[in-house]
Amino acid sequence: MSHRSQSTRRIFAWPAIIAVLGAVGLFAALLGDGGWDVLAWVGLGVPALLGLRGLYPT
Amino acid sequence: MKSQTIRRWSVIHTWSSLVCTLFLLLLALTGLPLIFHHELEHLLGDAPELREMPADTPHLDLQQLVLKAQAHRPGEAMQYFGYDEDEPNGVVTIMAATAGTEPDLSHTFMLDARTGEAVAMPAANGGLMMTLLRLHVDMFAGLPGKLLLAFMGVLFVVAMVSGTVLYAPFMRRLPFATVRHDRSRRLRWLDLHNLIGIVTLTWALVVGVTGVISALSDLVIAAWRNDSLAAMVAPYRDTPPLTERAPASRLLDIAAEATPGMRADFIAFPGTRFSSEHHYAVFMKGASHLTSHLWTPVLIDARTLQVTAVGERPWYMDAMGLSQPLHFGDYGGRPMQILWAVLDVLTIVVLGSGLYLWWGKQRKGREVAA
Repeated sequence: MSHRSQSTRRIFAWPAIIAVLGAVGLFAALLGDGGWDVLAWVGLGVPALLGLRGLYPT
Repeated sequence: MKSQTIRRWSVIHTWSSLVCTLFLLLLALTGLPLIFHHELEHLLGDAPELREMPADTPHLDLQQLVLKAQAHRPGEAMQYFGYDEDEPNGVVTIMAATAGTEPDLSHTFMLDARTGEAVAMPAANGGLMMTLLRLHVDMFAGLPGKLLLAFMGVLFVVAMVSGTVLYAPFMRRLPFATVRHDRSRRLRWLDLHNLIGIVTLTWALVVGVTGVISALSDLVIAAWRNDSLAAMVAPYRDTPPLTERAPASRLLDIAAEATPGMRADFIAFPGTRFSSEHHYAVFMKGASHLTSHLWTPVLIDARTLQVTAVGERPWYMDAMGLSQPLHFGDYGGRPMQILWAVLDVLTIVVLGSGLYLWWGKQRKGREVAA
């Protein structure tokens, strides 16, 4: 744990990337099959994995 | 952020979440099996099974199917013929006491398009999956139930927005994705609530907002009837009621000619809420991936079979069409369904941990007071 306070921009950097990735994933599969579907699985897979990983103590 | 501002957001987050949490838990729990409703219906033996026939067996014409349907349920009115991509030889048939009967009182079955044989669709009329669906859609309370759930959905969105604002002060001194497993149980669940809440934000927002739009579908359809449909059928306002209608045989060809490159999704018979008293309405969908979720209605005079109007697509009907895949998660294959289920379970964790954190704070508050 760092004791220095982070800027708001820094705090939201990763969440923003993940949010955009999720949005790209959600809309990609609407546009086509194949590669579009894979993009959707990656976009939604990242939040799903991060969430699951948090539940298990490392 | 000033501590007073944080406190205000905290009040918004607490109350918007508290009010909607139980409903959201109901929605998340019933929604989980509904993601796999197609698979579960097959497993439960509730999916219609058509007999094996040679692949190129010709289809009956639509009027013959109408007669078969009426012979199957004498005295009832035709409401809809629907087309299912997974069963090209089947026509989903919906009938009820009158054409205008509300959807919950309709009876759904499948007609084998080759023989006209009626095949039961138990899952569409009752049973476990239907019970889950009704709990999810309106809690068996009709329009008031849908509106209540829509309001809960709005509160859920407010809770997510306020939760995101509060994420910053909580994470000031913590690197992203920190979960303090080695500290108190409360801190661990606080970190998990923050982490899972923020990473599932986009998905939960989209599913929440599209759920609200779907819950308002009755109002959207009513708006379409008052606005778009009323304009298209205006010339028929003073026409006496239909006594006889022309056969349905060529409806699909007529609609296809009017909308080249599109495919029929369903046919609304005269008198339903998707048609007028004087028209068959064939709802066409686009051929591309995106436009396959958007409907263009073709109104066909039920006496003369002339195309009266090809409806443009109002934005709210498009929004309703696009809300369905984005809410169901059925548009990206099996991996997407599984991810949908994982994200749904993670949402349950966020709801549960939120409740736990609130409860812990209450108890601590009481202890301090004592």
